Amino acid sequence: MQIELYKTLKNLLETATYIRDIKGEDFFGINSLINKISEVYDNFYQYEPSYLEDFVKKTKEQLDILLEQGEKTLTPYEIVKITRHPQRFTLQDILENVYDSYMELGGEGEINIDPAIVCAKAMLVRKVGDEIFFHQVMVIGHEKGHGEEFREGGSAKPWGNEKALRYMKMAETEGIPIHFFIFTPGAYPIEDYPGAAQQIAKNLYYMAKLRVPTISFISEGGSGGAEAIGLADMRLMAEKGYYSVISPEGAAAIEAKISDGRPPRELVEKCAKALKLTAKDNLKFGNIDRIVPEPLLGARRKDYEFFKRLKIELIRATDEVILQTRSIKFLRKYAASKQETENFKYYVNWDLDEDEIEILIENRYKKYRKMTQWAIHENKTLFKSFFDLGHNLSVKFKNEINYKILKQGQKTFKKFLNELTSESTLLLKPVSDPIKTVYNLIVGKKTGPKLLTPSLQDDDIPTYISPLGLEDKTITCPQAEKYGCPDLWVPDLYGEFCGVCPNCGYHFPLEYKWYLNNIFDRNSIRTFNDEIASTNPLEFEGYAEKLKAARKKTGLNSGLISFEAKIGGISLIAIMLIAEFRQGTVGVAEGEKFIRAIELAKLTRRPFLALVHTTGGIRIHEGTLGVVQMPRCTMAVKDYVDEGGLYIVVYDNNSYAGPVASFLGAAPYQFALKSTRLGFAGPRVIRETTGQDVPPDYHSAENALKRGHIQGIWDRRELRKKLFTALLTMGGKNLYYRW
Amino acid sequence: MKIEYEHLNVILQKFKANPYKIFKVNTIHTGYIREFLVKEGDEVKGPSGKWLEKPGTPLFVLEREKNLKTIRAHINGWVQNLRTDLLGRFVEAEETILEIKHPLSQQEIISEILLSALYLVKAPETAKYVLSPGLAAKIEKEGLHKVRIKKGDELLIMTFMKRETPILFKEDGVFLIYNIYFKPFQLVEREQPLIGLCPEEQLPYLEKIVSRIKEEWPI
Repeated sequence: MQIELYKTLKNLLETATYIRDIKGEDFFGINSLINKISEVYDNFYQYEPSYLEDFVKKTKEQLDILLEQGEKTLTPYEIVKITRHPQRFTLQDILENVYDSYMELGGEGEINIDPAIVCAKAMLVRKVGDEIFFHQVMVIGHEKGHGEEFREGGSAKPWGNEKALRYMKMAETEGIPIHFFIFTPGAYPIEDYPGAAQQIAKNLYYMAKLRVPTISFISEGGSGGAEAIGLADMRLMAEKGYYSVISPEGAAAIEAKISDGRPPRELVEKCAKALKLTAKDNLKFGNIDRIVPEPLLGARRKDYEFFKRLKIELIRATDEVILQTRSIKFLRKYAASKQETENFKYYVNWDLDEDEIEILIENRYKKYRKMTQWAIHENKTLFKSFFDLGHNLSVKFKNEINYKILKQGQKTFKKFLNELTSESTLLLKPVSDPIKTVYNLIVGKKTGPKLLTPSLQDDDIPTYISPLGLEDKTITCPQAEKYGCPDLWVPDLYGEFCGVCPNCGYHFPLEYKWYLNNIFDRNSIRTFNDEIASTNPLEFEGYAEKLKAARKKTGLNSGLISFEAKIGGISLIAIMLIAEFRQGTVGVAEGEKFIRAIELAKLTRRPFLALVHTTGGIRIHEGTLGVVQMPRCTMAVKDYVDEGGLYIVVYDNNSYAGPVASFLGAAPYQFALKSTRLGFAGPRVIRETTGQDVPPDYHSAENALKRGHIQGIWDRRELRKKLFTALLTMGGKNLYYRW
Repeated sequence: MKIEYEHLNVILQKFKANPYKIFKVNTIHTGYIREFLVKEGDEVKGPSGKWLEKPGTPLFVLEREKNLKTIRAHINGWVQNLRTDLLGRFVEAEETILEIKHPLSQQEIISEILLSALYLVKAPETAKYVLSPGLAAKIEKEGLHKVRIKKGDELLIMTFMKRETPILFKEDGVFLIYNIYFKPFQLVEREQPLIGLCPEEQLPYLEKIVSRIKEEWPI
């Protein structure tokens, strides 16, 4: 009895400390209560048992009231504190309490590929009446640990994410569902092979068409790190979890333009509120599917009721995803109904056949394609909407006929003819030749397939004068001291030299219009979807003004332009992220424009080019609505590449964070112009996270090439020529000019 | 080959009397001096940071063809002989604008002394160098200041365009390897020191001088 009381008192002390940590020291005299409990706890055996019983009862009542009060006044920043608290449940607690048995893979504890990522094969037991069913699942998630330094707070290193990917593939081989658990403040921002961004992009790219059902559960969803294992068919979120584009501290540092040190506390709290990072907000935005309820002020390690609830939710979510691939509607509805007890009323077989897998992947694409649609602002007249709809339908119809019916037929017939005329069927030549002649007569070709012979004509390029080159002055190359470069006359530099130092090859930044005018054929550019505009869906304070200023400065509605163009006669679809518009950051509008452009490229079988003038990452002012553009766009990329398209990315200036860690980094062919800086996080974030400075060339294109992120470093003066060669030599057979 | 004691004493006395080195800051090209960013007696700093990524203190602005160029300090010290009379005036290339009085550190003085005292094996060609395997193994086993070298011993291997040429020691007497000035397989310019050698019997004297400098000069 005494021991029980002692244990209860210890728990009460822990709860009181927890409340103080979350709500602050001024919260209803919590400090004096903690002192009182500590005193009794320290001198436990000096008190009468009856007094202790009474004390425990009263304290418990007091703490219950405080918990209720605390819950009522819970702020977003306090939620962030809950997710980071050492008493918060972690993946290890889930493995112990939710799953019936498990085996860790890829290492345990400190002896691990990356202790921040835990992978385990686990067993779930489902009771239906008297019957017991076993489900095997792969569990992949971040492990924050309870104060273990080596876990890095759940920040996965590139090899940790690679480990996650490896076990995803293993689950795919075995055909078992995957449960992802996200407990990360963000990925560990180091560029060791293959680079933080590149590995996240690889994970997203693979997860886009993972052939098994995936469920993710978010407790602490820190941007790119969360996305690395976050693309799932069903996304659950803990009631007291957060899912955000950036930590509130990071957002505050950016807002306050602080390069070193901590931002003020008030600003951090303000940013936490403005980022709309809570589960309720994310559910409202459609970024997650369901909230898993938690006890007051969040679940902790010993909240066994919560784990019971989580188990039910995980089984229910997996059932739902699987049933969506089957046509048993009534069962689907039944499964969706609230399942409150551990004793299930039904059993769902988690094995999928080939058709169901196809539906699963299709459903996943549709789900992500729909996300954030509500936040898109299209400034279109009714007439233009109808016109565009008609145009799109006609293009679709034309291409379906052209590429799927006519050319497919021709292709099959040609293949057949080739087989007929091959060496082994030489004897049949007298028979096949007349057939071939007739075929050529009908199709109108007397010789073999027409070869495309595009060529680069310099006359195709208009004479464009960069406004930067209008000044009569000289400029110093930043590498002059190292390489002894002479001063450069500005009209020469921005004219003939294409902004490149002729001595050392340093690339000066140029305005985006230079690229549009110097890479593509004359008058070949036709922009589309210009009316899709960046808006302020989170109503982030001050963002509307910033957008207005960017619009005024550039005359554009968003930081991304999508257009059709030609290089040496080869027609292609391209997008460009513009530095002048909010540093080329990606939000809802940019993501949607990217997807529409790549879908058009897929439909019209054109190569797809992404020119990155600069990108500063996901736009923090659009919160998680921006973050989900990472999986959304990557899925579109995967779909396009699988269809045989050619996707080329060319980086210039600075490219960092989200976009590089997803739809840009997922490209099979990535190139950078010299002097490009490319990576996941900038030097300040690296210093703050790892506590170490990075060398000045850490993000250089040369290093990106060494770690295999990019396939080559190009010179801006040869960009047009290089692109032309790339278009001719790379890409699958499905491109229109390969026919 | 002997250490010239008197010469060393003179150098030491010189350093003691004036433990500074004066670095002249000259104009890199013609132009107008538009602005001075330091005053006489100001303390300036050279490039700093682990990779010398933080630039030195800005000293003055030189303009040519509307190109304003900030000239920065390359070494720590104090500004002296600042030519304020040149403000706004046209200057030729290589004109001295100011001087930086640089306090020599203990390490700098030791290395100056050693360069004068040791017998230096210099690079015969601009090439990459590596210690001969036997010598490298000996140094690893016994450590610097203990490995003996005599006439005819193979010291280094010079590698240039995949050709390897051994470099033999040609002096009479027994020497000890005191210092190595190059990193394996890195390009060394012609006439740059590769190895510093000390006659065996004079090692105690040289070590005494070094420890004296370490005692007398601050770090």
